[in-house]
Amino acid sequence: MRVAIAGAGAVGRAVLELAGGYGHDVTAIFDSSGAAVDTDGLDPETVLDRKEQTGSVGSADRDRALDGPYDVLVEATPVTLGDAQPAFGYCRRALERDRHLVLANKGPVAERYSALRALEADSAGTVRFEATVGGAIPAIRTIEDYGPSKVRAVRGVLNGTANFVLTRMAAEGLGYEDALLEAQDLGVAEADPSFDVEGTDAALKGVILANVLTGGDPEFTLADATVDGITDIPASALELAAEDGQTVRLIGEATRETVRVGPRLIPEHGTLAVSGTRNIVQLDTEHAGRLNISGRGAGGPETATAVLADIGRLG
Amino acid sequence: MTDGTPEETSQAQAYTVRLELVDEPGALLDALRPIADHGGNLLSILHERGNVTPRGRIPVEIDLEIHPERFDDLVEALRTAGVNVVEAGEERYSEELTVLLSGPLVATDLSDTISELEAESNVAVTDISLSAPEGADATASARFRLATDRGDPESTLAHVRALADRKGLTVVEPQIDHGGEA
Repeated sequence: MRVAIAGAGAVGRAVLELAGGYGHDVTAIFDSSGAAVDTDGLDPETVLDRKEQTGSVGSADRDRALDGPYDVLVEATPVTLGDAQPAFGYCRRALERDRHLVLANKGPVAERYSALRALEADSAGTVRFEATVGGAIPAIRTIEDYGPSKVRAVRGVLNGTANFVLTRMAAEGLGYEDALLEAQDLGVAEADPSFDVEGTDAALKGVILANVLTGGDPEFTLADATVDGITDIPASALELAAEDGQTVRLIGEATRETVRVGPRLIPEHGTLAVSGTRNIVQLDTEHAGRLNISGRGAGGPETATAVLADIGRLG
Repeated sequence: MTDGTPEETSQAQAYTVRLELVDEPGALLDALRPIADHGGNLLSILHERGNVTPRGRIPVEIDLEIHPERFDDLVEALRTAGVNVVEAGEERYSEELTVLLSGPLVATDLSDTISELEAESNVAVTDISLSAPEGADATASARFRLATDRGDPESTLAHVRALADRKGLTVVEPQIDHGGEA
């Protein structure tokens, strides 16, 4: 397939690098300041060098990328809330051209699920978004394969940064601030970690899961989620939990009725108590009990793996 | 709860036992001894001295925790000891929840927090652990073990959330398992 990539962050760059190995050609990529387009397929190394040296993948106009020849658009620009722009506009342009759309960007799927599905209904293109939840973990497709109506609830550790901080607080008796500094030093947390530690990121994933469970009726957005983060959890809370054979994890949970994210007490050696940046998605199914899938929930190549799996499923 | 024999895989459960005691010195103590002997844990005793039954006895209501396997033996032992057991095994509190509260616990009056937790009908605080490593005036955490009605943990948690909200405390709720095996 010919692939166009919106966004040249860790995920967009990893898709560019890995697509060839899956038999695809990347014909366009753009970032916030420019685009690189080649109908015969871009050379990843050249584009990535240029990005590193100049800060942009190329000097071409973004419209050339969006209007150029491609079969699937990979939306991997930064998450925006509310109207989810400009990403939603890129999605619209791809679907209106009857192209497929694969999202790594949570914004449009969490905040404008019905609008996105309506565009898909009028398009010959298909929308997929495995990469928006749990990185490399096949969460969405597992729900789809089982049938959303046969899954009662989905919960799990959906944010690696918050999980790393809680893991370090529990293991070393660190305070929240110290554990966060360590996470930032290691590149696990961003300079502004609020999106992760306040629970917003996990909530967006919970909202997406709820939308998949309901098929968008009712539709969930971030405003429908009950969200608590981990910023007010002191070391003493983890210590008391440990005394009782338990620990604290930021758990996101989606059902057909609610989306909730918050710090929860769970058994210290239980299934949900994954360590470090690891994620886990747990499905309660109608006829097959419980299914747990854990793995790497973030990172360029990990998320790109989910994107490329989605592309592999397209007609 | 650590002295259970291997076959006792279940957790201790809360029970309410209603007794009628003769009005004699030592009667209450005689009634309590079998509970300790059977590894039971007393949660509360309601001893209404002023309230006498038609037969001239004093009603006592005892809430206790014990492994379900031992409960029938306990009731038998009470009866053998001559205690009149009028009602046993009504599980008023049967679900146990653990919650963590963090924040200015001391400044917001811990004993009031406990009373407020118990203000909800059918909630009993059965155990508290406090950790205040930075001193009483700073942020502290407490682990509360709550006994509550079977099958309705959600209303208990809603009550805890509202209380924490009023007092500016952070709650860590237990992850409730809605069916599904662990």
